[in-house]
Amino acid sequence: MSSRVFPKRKLIFTVVGWLIGITLFFPIIWTILTSFKTEGTAIAMPPKFLFFDWTLENYFEVQDRSNYLQHAMNSVVISLGSTGLGLLVAMPAAWAMAFSPTKHTKNVLMWMLSTKMLPPVGVLVPIYLLFRDFDLLDTRLGMVVVLMLMNLPIIVWMLYTYFKEIPGEILEAARMDGATIGKEIIYVLAPMAVPGIASTLLLNVILAWNESFWTLNLTVTDAAPLTAFIASYSSPEGLFWAKLSAASTLAIAPILVMGWFSQKQLVRGLTFGAVK
Amino acid sequence: MILVRFALTVSVLVASTALTGCARETERSKGSSGSAQPSSGTSAGTTTLTIATVNNGDMIRMQKLTDEFTVANPGIKLEWVTMEENVLRQKVTTDVAARGGQYDIVTIGTYEVPIWAAHNWLAALGDLGPDYDVDDLLPTIRDSLTVEGKLYAAPFYGESSMLMYRQDLFDKAGLKMPTAPTWSFVADAARKITDKKANVYGICLRGKAGWGENMALLSAMANSFGARWFDMEWKPQFNGAEWKTTLQFYVDLMKDAGPPGVSSNGFNENLAMFQSGNCGMWLDATVAAAFVTDPAESKVADSVGFALAPDNGMGKRSNWLWAWSLAIPASSAKQEAARKFIAWATSKDYLALVAGKQGWASVPPGTRASLYANPEYQKAAPFAKMTLESIKAADPKNPTVNPVPYVGVQFVAIPEFQGIGTAVGQQFAAALAGITSVEKALDNAQKITEREMKRSGYGKK
Repeated sequence: MSSRVFPKRKLIFTVVGWLIGITLFFPIIWTILTSFKTEGTAIAMPPKFLFFDWTLENYFEVQDRSNYLQHAMNSVVISLGSTGLGLLVAMPAAWAMAFSPTKHTKNVLMWMLSTKMLPPVGVLVPIYLLFRDFDLLDTRLGMVVVLMLMNLPIIVWMLYTYFKEIPGEILEAARMDGATIGKEIIYVLAPMAVPGIASTLLLNVILAWNESFWTLNLTVTDAAPLTAFIASYSSPEGLFWAKLSAASTLAIAPILVMGWFSQKQLVRGLTFGAVK
Repeated sequence: MILVRFALTVSVLVASTALTGCARETERSKGSSGSAQPSSGTSAGTTTLTIATVNNGDMIRMQKLTDEFTVANPGIKLEWVTMEENVLRQKVTTDVAARGGQYDIVTIGTYEVPIWAAHNWLAALGDLGPDYDVDDLLPTIRDSLTVEGKLYAAPFYGESSMLMYRQDLFDKAGLKMPTAPTWSFVADAARKITDKKANVYGICLRGKAGWGENMALLSAMANSFGARWFDMEWKPQFNGAEWKTTLQFYVDLMKDAGPPGVSSNGFNENLAMFQSGNCGMWLDATVAAAFVTDPAESKVADSVGFALAPDNGMGKRSNWLWAWSLAIPASSAKQEAARKFIAWATSKDYLALVAGKQGWASVPPGTRASLYANPEYQKAAPFAKMTLESIKAADPKNPTVNPVPYVGVQFVAIPEFQGIGTAVGQQFAAALAGITSVEKALDNAQKITEREMKRSGYGKK
């Protein structure tokens, strides 16, 4: 662990690291900067980077026209709800497939993944009709269920991969000591798979937060999350970049902050088992 | 351990969400089934109208005037769903076709009204009250929204297209724009004005693929070249000489006098360029006039002139016709209240209300003859006369030089058109970008359209 890094090499790595980081982050910085411009400045050519008249008018306008807090609350509930529900369903499924595999386990996994290969619009009308008949249109419950179903294959796959890394012998030992299945999962499996579960959770919260097809098509007002909030600021006739940027900044702020605080878990989870 | 606690919190949240969701749902269904029990946020006897509309300036102004309506109609509450045009179209079409009943008022255009009315998806508007003055609506607009003698949508704002040009650049080049120019004059002028080194391009036109993007321009332009989408037997006409002339003329003109990257330009991109002083001329929607003459947004506000969309002396000009209109889906359970709102939002009084609050230049244009007769409006909107002339010059029931079986100037009012129009638009955008030749693009357009029309069963009768 104590390998020495030469200062020159270290410098190059740092510079390259920062360059990549800034390149990846540039669209977000640009969005945030644009949100402080007037509509006229936002389209100005050549573009203005930092030296323009900073204004908060777009944020006031967005606050005035939309109920941001309601949209944000819907996003929180829908993304956390769908991920949590997904974990409850996927944990036993992944446990069974990882520790008691049959000769069809691989096929079942592939089949689950194949459901992600159908473009969502292909099932829009049937799902819309089901939602209409079950009175689920424009409800948070409906969105939690549909996003859980959309992300379930990913959750199962991720958990399955993490569980595979845990030696089955440890679970056997727990069983020998008299642990029930429930205790085995809660006290032995879960603590060992925490990094994996955490990164699955975080990744799926982000996926559900950003999901825009179902959240746009199945909600109207009551359950409309931040995706609908952003979509309402794009316009075919008239300038809208600055207002849209303000709406986008408000929409990504919570998830950006969450990602910042949990990046350690995210990175640990995503690289879990990469080095043996 | 922190993570375990986090996971526990999440599970509690999920459970509570599910419960509140269910409870709220039960409450909502009680409210919407018309029972007297109060539903969330509304008191007994209050009707909440959900209005779907596009995110355009005039609609946002209407949204901000919500209180004016609700104060006068205390039993009605308004909920707004504002969306970008394409998102809105998909959402609303799904709901209206599936009879989901999520919307009480929808904002649709002249393309949707005849199709939706024929499918019985819309409730006819009927009587909109004694003060409504339905005869004041501009005839071409009113006709586009009427099916079998019944008005199915009330126009909120109407538009055609016209040529906007830079007076200063024309003066510098020693040119004078006629009120009703021809395409050959426009092309000559565009080439003369172009100064690529100074980033000034003679003409900006739409190039981005889409049935409502480049195909709106090209279909309307083709009308003036004597081309048409279909003959009377519904046979596609892209293999004819007229379309070849139209597309070749467009591609050549944009190559010589258009801005770079034109195949990705739509209304907003051209608006931004025109306002920044990069375009000598711009043929697009009449509503753009208010933007390009607004000194707060436009660098060229005081040097913009207007002319009718060009023609070729064949009796048809290149201008289109569109009206964003308010309609009631047949699936809405609150049609009476919805009718009240539509009558208010499309009335003469509404125009006066907006004028009183924000001035005559902010009034939604293109729907009522009385607005254009109003001297105050004429004074505030120098483009008013040209807008009215352009709207009058468009004839959706008789859009082309030769007869056609369809209705629509820049579109064909059949359900298949959105798909076909966009596929053909992609071919034409490819020709514009130089990826394919004009001949090949037209050949592909012909094949695509023939295949889709055959699949849909046209021309069998």
